[in-house]
Amino acid sequence: MSDRKNKSVKWAEPPKLGLVEAMYLPAILEGVSTTVKHIFKPKMTRQYPEVEPQIPGNYRGVHRLNRDEKGRVKCVACFLCQTACPANCITIEAAPAPHDDPQWADRDKYPATFVIDELRCIYCGMCEEACPVDAIELTSIYDLTGKSREEMIFDKDKLLSVFDETVHSGKDPVRTHRGALGPASEFNPGASSAPPPPGGGLRG
Amino acid sequence: MSWSVIWPLLVAMGIVLAVVPVVGLYMTFFERKIAAYIQDRLGPNRVGPKGILQAVADGIKIFLKEQLVPDHVFKKIYFVAPTIGLICAMLSIAVVPYGPAPPTPSQSFRAIIAPGVEIGLLFLLGISGLAAYGIVLGGWASNNKYSLFGAVRACAQFISYEIPLGLSLLGVIVWAGSLNIEQIVASQGEGIGNWNVWWQPLAALMFFVAGLAETNRLPFDLAECEQELVGGFHTEYSGIKFVLFFLAEYTHMVTLSFLVVLLFFGGWHFPGLTGPVDATVGGYLLRWFVLLFKVGLVVALIMQLRWTLPRFRFDQLMGLAWKGLIPLGVLNLIGLVVIFSMGWSKWWLAPISLMALIGAAFVNAKMVAQRFSGSTSDQWSVGSFAGGGQTS
Repeated sequence: MSDRKNKSVKWAEPPKLGLVEAMYLPAILEGVSTTVKHIFKPKMTRQYPEVEPQIPGNYRGVHRLNRDEKGRVKCVACFLCQTACPANCITIEAAPAPHDDPQWADRDKYPATFVIDELRCIYCGMCEEACPVDAIELTSIYDLTGKSREEMIFDKDKLLSVFDETVHSGKDPVRTHRGALGPASEFNPGASSAPPPPGGGLRG
Repeated sequence: MSWSVIWPLLVAMGIVLAVVPVVGLYMTFFERKIAAYIQDRLGPNRVGPKGILQAVADGIKIFLKEQLVPDHVFKKIYFVAPTIGLICAMLSIAVVPYGPAPPTPSQSFRAIIAPGVEIGLLFLLGISGLAAYGIVLGGWASNNKYSLFGAVRACAQFISYEIPLGLSLLGVIVWAGSLNIEQIVASQGEGIGNWNVWWQPLAALMFFVAGLAETNRLPFDLAECEQELVGGFHTEYSGIKFVLFFLAEYTHMVTLSFLVVLLFFGGWHFPGLTGPVDATVGGYLLRWFVLLFKVGLVVALIMQLRWTLPRFRFDQLMGLAWKGLIPLGVLNLIGLVVIFSMGWSKWWLAPISLMALIGAAFVNAKMVAQRFSGSTSDQWSVGSFAGGGQTS
């Protein structure tokens, strides 16, 4: 069916089989020596539960809700993360900030509830990108487990406790620096007197 | 039969029946370890110190598994088949000494179930040929196309490789003048120079290759190759019935390793270990250790080969037997018989083996060269894209 006269086809000759190759044994011995060498090579296995992997800083793991310098939740209940979320796993209920409390004098709104369904989340990080006040962040916690579905629905307290656990561990510093509290939080322009954060405020 | 004759048999049988399943389980563990080390992993190391209880855990798991019987199988044969496979595998051990067994009756314990069987090797070949029944029946009773394919392949493979297996053994039998395995081992007793492997290297190689094919292990495991046939003949088997097939395969592997050592590598003999086998208890145990050590090396080599060589294609498998091993075996046997009957020096044996091997390689190289040249239709073509945009 094939025709050697067809010049548009380039014919490749298989390499010639020498006497040694045709005996097959040298090749088999070579293969065995390769596998024997591998037996004595250092092993690649990481003994996982004892030796934990180095998680890169931009890993997208379990969420946390950051606190501001007064210890309040940074979130201003703007619903941007809930809107951005492609998996609809964030549910926020906003409430007006208590004006009679001097602690909350500079805030207009705050989240009365803030619930993330960790099972529904796809860990895309779009909430983190959408947040104008650096309130929601993904941490490098990669081994989240639970015994029930209810346990995996994180409310505001749980998310704040994740912040408390991770922020001083060294692995998860606050990694977004949009502003001291972000422009969206400015209930009273000029009232915010917090110094600009390291990194130069607004992200280019 | 007096009681003094019966009790050594019972002890020997008890040892085999008790040790073989445990050895089978632990061989899976060592196989996993070797596989892991070859692939730069650590392998099972969690159950017990260094993972040595993994085999026990696997055993418990597989005994507690659900006995799943598909609706479409032929029930009776389906249940009988793995048993046949294991019975044949265990029966073939009966004539294989698993420890020092002098050919003449002696005071010490002879580590063999049936000592002094004059047709030992013949019995062995016959029984190991029967082992194909277990696989064929299992594949057929599963009533599943893949299983049947596996069974048919196993059948063809067993028939093909019985011949080189027998041919390679004939040389040993002719040279030792006996079919009795103890006798053959005893004939290699006078030092390392008497081991059959130096005199009949080609027969040793052929026996190992053909035996590997008989045990259905890689690179000859076409009857159960996962990529083509799901699981082959044991696709429909689960739990304890699968274990029986599995155990049969490993038992065959152990038997093969024992035979390679006993027939070609001097059995329990080793330089420095001279005199009668049972002169002292220490010497007896040392010989036992030597034999098991050699067998362990062969088992390790078999496992090593599994992770070294890729699986054969089926036509290559058949080609190796019918175009390679059988002509070679016949040539080797003719050379040996001529030397033997002419009364020539036995120093001719190894050179003739080597010449046969080189001749076969020469013919093979010629055949391959012929296949790829001239007018045959299976030429390799590379499309014009390989010409760097050059068209004429």
